[in-house]
Amino acid sequence: MTTITDPPQGAFRLSMLINDTRYRSYTFQFIALIVLIASAAFLMSNLFANLSAAGLNISYEFLRSPAGYDINQTLVEYTSQSTNARAALVGILNTLLVAFLACVTATVFGVIAGVLRLSNNWLVSKLMSFYVEIFRNIPVLIWIIIIFTIMIAVLPGPRAFRGDDPAASMVFDAIAFTNRGVYIPAPVWGPGSLVVVGAFLLSIVGVFAYRRYATKLLYDTGRLLPMGWPSLAILFVPTLLVYFALGMPIGLEYPELKGFNFSGGIKVGGPLIALWFALSIYTGAFIAENVRAGIQAISKGQTEAAGALGLRSGRIMNLVVLPQALRVIIPPLISQYLNITKNSSLAIAVGYADVTATLGGITLNQTGRAIECVLLLMLFYLTISLSISAIMNVYNNSVKLKER
Amino acid sequence: MKKSVFFGALAFTGMAAGVAAAGTLDDVKARGKLNCGVTTGLVGFAAPDANGEWEGFDVAVCRAVAAAVLGDGSAVEFVPTTGKTRFTALASGEIDMLARNTTWTFSRDVDLKFEFVGINYYDGQGFMVPKELGVSSAKELDGATVCIQTGTTTELNLADFFRSNNISYEPVPIETNAEAQQQYLAGACDVYTTDASGLAATRATFEAPGDHVVLPEIISKEPLGPLVRHGDHEWGDVVRWTLNALIAAEELGVTSVNMAEMAAGTNNPEINRLLGTEGTLGEMLGLDADWAKNALSVSGNYGEVFEANIGEATSIGLARGLNAQWTDGGLLYAPPFR
Repeated sequence: MTTITDPPQGAFRLSMLINDTRYRSYTFQFIALIVLIASAAFLMSNLFANLSAAGLNISYEFLRSPAGYDINQTLVEYTSQSTNARAALVGILNTLLVAFLACVTATVFGVIAGVLRLSNNWLVSKLMSFYVEIFRNIPVLIWIIIIFTIMIAVLPGPRAFRGDDPAASMVFDAIAFTNRGVYIPAPVWGPGSLVVVGAFLLSIVGVFAYRRYATKLLYDTGRLLPMGWPSLAILFVPTLLVYFALGMPIGLEYPELKGFNFSGGIKVGGPLIALWFALSIYTGAFIAENVRAGIQAISKGQTEAAGALGLRSGRIMNLVVLPQALRVIIPPLISQYLNITKNSSLAIAVGYADVTATLGGITLNQTGRAIECVLLLMLFYLTISLSISAIMNVYNNSVKLKER
Repeated sequence: MKKSVFFGALAFTGMAAGVAAAGTLDDVKARGKLNCGVTTGLVGFAAPDANGEWEGFDVAVCRAVAAAVLGDGSAVEFVPTTGKTRFTALASGEIDMLARNTTWTFSRDVDLKFEFVGINYYDGQGFMVPKELGVSSAKELDGATVCIQTGTTTELNLADFFRSNNISYEPVPIETNAEAQQQYLAGACDVYTTDASGLAATRATFEAPGDHVVLPEIISKEPLGPLVRHGDHEWGDVVRWTLNALIAAEELGVTSVNMAEMAAGTNNPEINRLLGTEGTLGEMLGLDADWAKNALSVSGNYGEVFEANIGEATSIGLARGLNAQWTDGGLLYAPPFR
């Protein structure tokens, strides 16, 4: 009698780690991991050994000592007696401010230029390709310096506003363009101003609600409600009514020349403007190319089909082409946003106090803690870049083609 | 993976610094060239001339050290550094010494681990304003926009000065002297502040120097001097005594004109020891016996260097002031050569 048994389940032998294809890949990955960890450990210990041999030790104590220097643009309370950590925070906020502003305007520039570059008008499309090629092919540092230099050379200094017959005067008596920055009136919040702001915020919600309702009505019944003027009306009319009903609680404080500089109002510093403008116009050229690529990726049949349904060209672009193009545009757009954030570290070229200028510049210099400062800077830029990436990926997921 | 690459790069920099720390004197001799850190350009102190040759007050110190060590004052590789990069360049061993009107401060000496070998210029921070502003004292500068070179002691002094006088200002941090000059002239700042000698040097390059005044207040002590890395005492001694040799030579009356004559032997033993005809001072430093003679033969003694680069006959026009010999009421006082 024969019995058929399973082939003996041999016990696990060590040689199987090399000879058995089931385990071999694990073996090699494990070895690679060990080598990686060992070399990292070697380099780290080497670093620390050499640092201590050179009498340097890694310490972050300096962050708690007074910074001792002043910063010209501070979004939070800061004096020269604040700590180095506070100075770094001021720098971080300045970086985020210019990065945010530049991302918004670069997107606007980019979308306009990208769409116009596909225009049928020869002059418009050539002008846009001229813009793209000029700005894309010259380093952004040069643009920052060019724009800043032109600004300080062309705009008058505050001194020019002085005297009975000044060489320069304020626009509408409210805005002063000087080579140190632009001074604009600042709002003065009187009693009751909170109600006005509340009304305005409610109006914004109202606009969205109206647009949703109009869209729903269109889809359900096919009735087309006007969008443009009602939105504007909802946005402004209630706020203005409340404003005048409460007796104009929000006033304006105008900048005026006092001593060496203008005082009062809000100062938008020259370095901020130069950096903001240079970053947006430079990155806008790249975004324009992304937008063009995205639009051209949409088959012409889509446009023609939409045309056959009787849509006008503006609606074809807004309702048919752009929504589909977005899924091509968004991923490269993320990397452009990251570029803006990282390129903002060129700020010191025009004296803008971003985090590279405060933490990685003056603090580094005055404390001599180069390694610590650079590590913190790397950590900051990495965190910000990954956060932007994460947020944009969420957005990308919401506009990408839904597959079922 | 990213992390390990980054730490690798860091560790590599660390290693480079470690290697360079030992035996700078031997390194310089083996290389046949002195790497000397200077400013990116400040007329009178260190700037390339029309032929691209570096010249100036700080440059003369570099050349004197090169001549003392290598016997050739032109065997110098000048490395332009900004206020921000200078200390990293020195600490990493990219340069052997730094002669870049750098202020001797406690924290730079002790915490940053550098060794200031002496003082070659006693300076103080001042303010320059356009004459048309009608300002006569720095205390009238309330609300002014002030251009400062970033990464220097000046921005700390400035903050202290305005705070202690309870007046406000707006700082405009600027990377180099040239950019500061451009912004100041365009009126983007009302005031330019840096060391008084630097202000004089900058003003000398203006089209109309007379339209600008340097205010009388000197708000800080700025002893400027060459520095080396901490821990390499042989090299520190070489740079220290080369500087002292330039100063002592002026005191002893040794100039580039009469040096050949004096090197033949004089009846002043200190001059003989300095110039190497008596004693073994050069040998003690690990240099040739005529090290000081070589150093002095490049551009003469301290006084000659001063007059040629920043003295009253030049466009910069600085008086000796505190930088006169102690015998003339100044602060220059070289220890004895014995």
